[in-house]
Amino acid sequence: MTTATTTLTPQAYLQAQSRWHPLEIVFWLATLLPFVLFPDYLSLASQIAITALFALSLDLILGYAGIVSLGHAAFFGIGAYTAGLISKFGWGEPLTGLVLATAAAGLIGFAVSFIISRFRHFTLIMITLGLGLLAFEAANRAHWLTGGSDGLQGISIWPVLGLFKFDLYGYTAYTYSLITLFVVFLGARRLINSPFGLALRGIRENWVRMPAIGADSRSHIRKAFTIAAAIAGLAGAVLAQTTENVSLESISFQRSADVLVMLVLGGAGRLYGGLIGALIFMVARDQFSGIAPQYWYFWIGVLLVTVVMVLPNGILGGLSHIYARWRPK
Amino acid sequence: MSTPALSTRALSKAFGSLPVARDIEINLPVGARYALIGPNGAGKTTLINLMTGMLAPNAGQIFLGGEDITSLGPQERVRRGLARTFQINTLFAGLNALEAVTLAVAERRRLAGRFWRGVGSHSETIDEAYEILRKLRLGDSCYQVTRELPYGRQRLLEIALALATRPKVLLLDEPAAGVPPEESGEVFEAVAGLSDDLTLLFIEHDMHVVFRFASHIIVMVSGAIFTEGQPAKISADPGVREVYLGKRKHG
Repeated sequence: MTTATTTLTPQAYLQAQSRWHPLEIVFWLATLLPFVLFPDYLSLASQIAITALFALSLDLILGYAGIVSLGHAAFFGIGAYTAGLISKFGWGEPLTGLVLATAAAGLIGFAVSFIISRFRHFTLIMITLGLGLLAFEAANRAHWLTGGSDGLQGISIWPVLGLFKFDLYGYTAYTYSLITLFVVFLGARRLINSPFGLALRGIRENWVRMPAIGADSRSHIRKAFTIAAAIAGLAGAVLAQTTENVSLESISFQRSADVLVMLVLGGAGRLYGGLIGALIFMVARDQFSGIAPQYWYFWIGVLLVTVVMVLPNGILGGLSHIYARWRPK
Repeated sequence: MSTPALSTRALSKAFGSLPVARDIEINLPVGARYALIGPNGAGKTTLINLMTGMLAPNAGQIFLGGEDITSLGPQERVRRGLARTFQINTLFAGLNALEAVTLAVAERRRLAGRFWRGVGSHSETIDEAYEILRKLRLGDSCYQVTRELPYGRQRLLEIALALATRPKVLLLDEPAAGVPPEESGEVFEAVAGLSDDLTLLFIEHDMHVVFRFASHIIVMVSGAIFTEGQPAKISADPGVREVYLGKRKHG
């Protein structure tokens, strides 16, 4: 790699870092395949896109800044309930619903970020776990508002742009989720390649050195956490709108844990890690639960342990290692 | 006398009942090249930690160019022009040298919070970072990941990161620690080549290096300043020889 790049000027080198790789274009074209190849699975494809968006939001804080969270579903849930409630109370326009749900999750994320930015490591894991459980119980207790364990009923979403109704087959749902994912992905990609993205990697690589170069790590973490919370809320909102239902599961610890598993499977700290992880996890869940509906998590466990032992940087980390090795010098 | 670049007044710190800094009074004139020497455990690194805000003193004050910075956090002191390097490499292992120094320059220029434009489009920041690397002869290896850089180059990168903050005062904690003797000269040549406006304080054990590069020497023993003065005075001081120099072979 270094042999090929030493001839570049520093600026050209850094610009090349953010250039689109042909595989990326292949990846995004492949996301259109379900329309043609698996028209019966568009609802699943939509769920995968939503989960990928959620995993992407966690990747920004966990993969890039090294901020571990075990309660990320709190923001997913806040977005889902906000979008659901807006519709339930009479405003079913989807795009404004997304904006409001994103803003709600971002706002609460911003408030929480003042706690998050003060702690590290084990303490932080416990704090985020605790906050996630708090959010879950709050949603459970507020039965009058959220429907509690019965789920939030009575959501009715108007056609997107007044034209595209959410259909039973999931055409609109997958299109809607995929476009949302792609737009946010473009933003996240830009963020990762920006000076701010570099600062987040700096925090991950050496927390102690950051103040010694004049960096205010806490302010960076607050910003990243707020953005991640907003994106998680957006993902939740898309799920609420496309399924016209919000269950307690959307704000549960299980969802926080699952998204962490996906990120680790796919490869944290790589933009596509969460996306690939979500794809593998969701497809595996779909397939395994077909074989043994009650024990499908057993196989997820096997997959997780195997990947972590064999490929410490996730599936993408392993693939890029092989790619770097076999690439002609 | 004009305002010192950095000074301390009655600076004290104890870890429990163990005093590690006792009434430290230091004045670094602008452009000075001071060496801080003393036996292991004398409190040299502790003093740098106190000055840079990584440790809070129990008593006393620290002034940077006349401003009392005692209550400021480390990053605020850096932004006012007080930078340091670390005795044990404290680098961004997974970033390459160009990325690391670009980050430090971006922080100084207050660009590091921006997430809507690519790093590659900030040409002035990149040029400045590369210029720092080039001056320290790291230009050739700036695309190599830090953890894969030879140790001596990592020591230079420590200095490059500190310089990227454009310091007025630079505190170097054993800049050539762990570097083979034949290469440590290279590190100090780089230090000596720094701008004359820059005020330097460095900790160093090698007396050849100290006498060659320092204009003034401060000797610390057990958390207190034992004596200070011109190199000639220090080398002739029998007390210093006894507590420090006498224990080492030196020419």
